[in-house]
Amino acid sequence: MVALAIGAATTALLLGPVPLADLRGTGIVWDLRAPRAVLGFLVGGSLAVAGAGLQALVRNPLADPFLLGLSGGAALGAVVAIAFDVAGAWALPLAAFAGALVALVLVYRMALAGGGALDPRILLLGGVAVGAFAAAVTTAIVSLAEATELRNAFLWLWGGLATASWDTVLVVAIYVPLPLAVIAAAARPLDLLVLGDEPAGYLGADVERVRRRVYVAASLLTAAAVAVSGVIGFIGLIVPHIGRLVWGHRHRALLPASFVGGGTLLVLADTVARTIVAPRELPVGIVTALIGVPLFVLLLRRWTIT
Amino acid sequence: MILRLVDVTFRYPGARDDALAGVSLNVAPGEFYAVLGPNGSGKTTLIRVALGAAARVGSAEILGRPVGAWSRRELARLVAVVAQREDNLFPQRVRETVLLGRYPHLSLWGGARAADRAAVDRALAVCDAGHLADRWIWSLSGGEYQRVRVARALAQEPRLLMLDEPGVSLDVRHEMELFELVRGLVDRSELAVVMVTHHTNLAARFADRVLLLAGGRAVAGGAPQDVLTRATVERVFAWPVALQQFDGRPQIVPLRQSRS
Repeated sequence: MVALAIGAATTALLLGPVPLADLRGTGIVWDLRAPRAVLGFLVGGSLAVAGAGLQALVRNPLADPFLLGLSGGAALGAVVAIAFDVAGAWALPLAAFAGALVALVLVYRMALAGGGALDPRILLLGGVAVGAFAAAVTTAIVSLAEATELRNAFLWLWGGLATASWDTVLVVAIYVPLPLAVIAAAARPLDLLVLGDEPAGYLGADVERVRRRVYVAASLLTAAAVAVSGVIGFIGLIVPHIGRLVWGHRHRALLPASFVGGGTLLVLADTVARTIVAPRELPVGIVTALIGVPLFVLLLRRWTIT
Repeated sequence: MILRLVDVTFRYPGARDDALAGVSLNVAPGEFYAVLGPNGSGKTTLIRVALGAAARVGSAEILGRPVGAWSRRELARLVAVVAQREDNLFPQRVRETVLLGRYPHLSLWGGARAADRAAVDRALAVCDAGHLADRWIWSLSGGEYQRVRVARALAQEPRLLMLDEPGVSLDVRHEMELFELVRGLVDRSELAVVMVTHHTNLAARFADRVLLLAGGRAVAGGAPQDVLTRATVERVFAWPVALQQFDGRPQIVPLRQSRS
């Protein structure tokens, strides 16, 4: 696993349209590729951990950080910023982050409506509803926008790490440890939650508190990821399942494995995305889907055979 | 008293009627208590209230302390519950699921210690499930799965074990093995057991005491021969029965409907 991650990092740093011999002294490796790889690792790892936590939380193997309405909210925020030409390097990430937070609060309030406990069914349905509503508004804005704006918005929606810099890396590196730690601290209760709310409570888990904490932490991770890199699908859905197939469903092993696995996969996918049609780039979300889905199908076969 | 319910009244949010109304129950260490009653009589609710669902009226105490004053973790070290239903969303092996019973004993960041693994092995052995340890949960038969769940509850090393209809869907042999297992645990240790069950006859033969619920109210409580009289059983279950004695315990035979 670690070897795989190191391999991915080396590839990410060295592979590109510029020949290896000409790389020295250009600053391409250190100023462009290195921050991009580090950011990709942090984002991929965060998405995978958020996905692993949410799947246990809503007790649904199909849960994905973006299924819960966050991507819709973030996209709307970003598209609004693009449409109104808000200036500044941080305008887009901040607008996306704000949009994701609005979606988070809406879904969270909906799921709390029945009382003190977050209802996992409403988290899912509310997430889908908020996402659909946000997508409608987003499409409305995009359809009225200029051609270049539309293209920017579209590319951003499919995700990309092209804007990575050491500044973004620093902000994300400061931001993600806290929500990651909150989810890691809930590793054992998450194991119990898989049995159901009532059995989990009888085995000592404070179900309501765990659910609230993990949901908010996972959402904050997703919001940050979407703010700096757009909507990168499949990592949060597939990596936790690969982790479960390889390491079992114990979250103390699964969460770290998901982080390293998600980071590695995104770095690899991003390397492919920026080299395969160089000098142009594919949105990395397309590559994660193209790599992730066949990988998942292979592992599913192994799962059904054993 | 390990468990003490005093005049407990409980109503689910949004429900019009009380699920439990003025029920009292005392369970002592080393006692096997069976809770009987028709569907919807409040049996499962009784377990929930004993483990902290807030009663409208009355009180629930574990070891003399109000149940709400214990944390969930503390409670899980004292009381183990084999719930009626549970999910198995992701594949698990038997040893893994039994290890979940040790979670209330583990520290936040520390791993399972040798003592925890020993407790898991002990619990599996007691439930005659040691040979299943490396099997996947989904490959077990209904009877084996039930034994594994009891093993997980025992791995908690509780003082009180509560089982919610553990005999449902078991054949005669597995049902008898389960009741013999529970009776043996009570006899060999100071474990107290509360078992919610539809098996009136088995409860009458194995339990020290029975509580008969109907419509959320306690109809009768005490030794099986005092509680399970023909008149009471016919009234509570709304069906004519004959009563016989077997091994000195009352056994109920539901009668055929008289053809007119």
